[in-house]
Amino acid sequence: MRWLLYLTMVLLYVLHNDLWFWDDATMVLGLPIGLTYHIIYCVVASGMMFLLVKYAWPRGLDVEAE
Amino acid sequence: MTLFIIGTYLVLVLLVGALSHRLFRGTGEDYFVASRTIGPFLLLMSLFGTNMTAFSILGASGEAYNRGIGVFGLMGAASAFVIPCVFFVVGTRVWALGKRHGFLTQAQFFRQRWESDALGLLLFVVLVALVVPYLLIGIMGGGITLNQMTDGWVPQWVGGLVIGGVVLLYVCYGGLRGTVWANALQTLVFMMLGAVAFYVIVGKMGGLTEAFGRMADLKPELLVRGDVIHPVNWLTYTFLPLSAGMFPHIFMHWMTAQRARSFQWPLILYPLCILVVWVPSVVLGVLGHVSFDNLHGPAANSVLVRLIDLHAPGILAGLLAAGVLAAVMSSLDSQVLAIGTMFTQDIVRHYGFNDQMSEKQQVFYGRLFVVVILAITYVISLVSNRSIFGLAVWSFTGFAALFPVMVAAVFWQRSTKEGAFGAILSVAILWIYFFLQGWQTPGYTVGGTGVLPVAVMVVVSSLVLILVSVVTRPPKQETIDAFFTTPQQIGK
Repeated sequence: MRWLLYLTMVLLYVLHNDLWFWDDATMVLGLPIGLTYHIIYCVVASGMMFLLVKYAWPRGLDVEAE
Repeated sequence: MTLFIIGTYLVLVLLVGALSHRLFRGTGEDYFVASRTIGPFLLLMSLFGTNMTAFSILGASGEAYNRGIGVFGLMGAASAFVIPCVFFVVGTRVWALGKRHGFLTQAQFFRQRWESDALGLLLFVVLVALVVPYLLIGIMGGGITLNQMTDGWVPQWVGGLVIGGVVLLYVCYGGLRGTVWANALQTLVFMMLGAVAFYVIVGKMGGLTEAFGRMADLKPELLVRGDVIHPVNWLTYTFLPLSAGMFPHIFMHWMTAQRARSFQWPLILYPLCILVVWVPSVVLGVLGHVSFDNLHGPAANSVLVRLIDLHAPGILAGLLAAGVLAAVMSSLDSQVLAIGTMFTQDIVRHYGFNDQMSEKQQVFYGRLFVVVILAITYVISLVSNRSIFGLAVWSFTGFAALFPVMVAAVFWQRSTKEGAFGAILSVAILWIYFFLQGWQTPGYTVGGTGVLPVAVMVVVSSLVLILVSVVTRPPKQETIDAFFTTPQQIGK
């Protein structure tokens, strides 16, 4: 699970580079699609962090800190 | 009325700083890292509030005015992904080491990690030098806001002075605990008022569809990235948020966390908080053309404040201006406290000047150092006419290029002090070189290729760190043991 999540992080980084909407001025949800895409991207990033916290949290940090 | 509301807000911030002083436990650790007792909510507010500066409010809107909607993805969405990853991968581990060894500053951490006194001193000098342009945008942002919102009644130089003075007062009085509480208040203020500003101004423009419809006629090139942003430039911008892993003020806020789990909610919510702040800034920056189509160069820094002044009624204008100042001050305070702490811990105490000084004198000299740095920054702000966004990018470039040193310290046992020295020196040399090459060229890229200097610097500092480390003697085993706990030891 941990490695799958790390791979998803790489995929998310790749998805940040949305060349496919570079010159597209279509309006989606009242905003240009290039902006709407990155708003959704932030929501997905938050979901990604939730999964990382839940399934890939570095256990033992509190013990290590003592 | 606007000035009265802003004045009231500044007094409120001072009161919060003063009230938090009542919680002061009278120890150095409490003054510098709030006794490491900060829970998830305050940690989120302070980490996020500290990272949202004049850059995110005035700089982002000004840059969006010039470069369009792409600015959100360029820095906002990139930060929403990269910064929580940095906190997750590096921040939590540095927190654990900091708590175990009692670190308060980065110099202490690196000095002990690589058994080198000189490394700590070099890092102190480099970090303070890089913080100056970051402080500069706060002072400039405060001055611009007060000047615009009072229709020039408060000159920019007075505005910068007032904001710097208020921050200095509550930081010196409340320490990090005061800063954390003031940050929480200010972060909530600027997030809420940012949303209100967006709603009111876009409403006055006839709604989003109407406003963007007018933009499509006026400046269609700003609704796409097109030729305004080069794809290579876009890609290399993603290196800049790595700077969050090396900011001295972020390091100090990491150290305040009560436990590792205190980081969890801040990590999850950070990207959503970015949305709340950056979307209004960028959209309003772009839509600024509907109301003002003649702001050239650094004048675009003030587009958001001008929109508030034009579209929001009296009391609301004052409140929204207070929101902008909240964002400015919530970063300035942590930066100011961080450099004061670094001077007290890394110079005065480390080099034994404390033997000849009382505790009071040490605090006095720490504050004096902060005043000197702020005074230098203030003088530069009087002659600087640069874009806030551009200035911040230069500061972030240096910090991001130092990030490989942090990664090596935490994850690579074999890394050596010589490797770290080489990496830091390469950053200093390349930063000066690129700055001299590009400081007079807005949007400078290496050889006009679209590649930001930060990308070259991160690669070079990583290579230097690796190559020098493998040919020099590794740290002592006892040092490695102190910094790298095995999974068996922590019960994985």
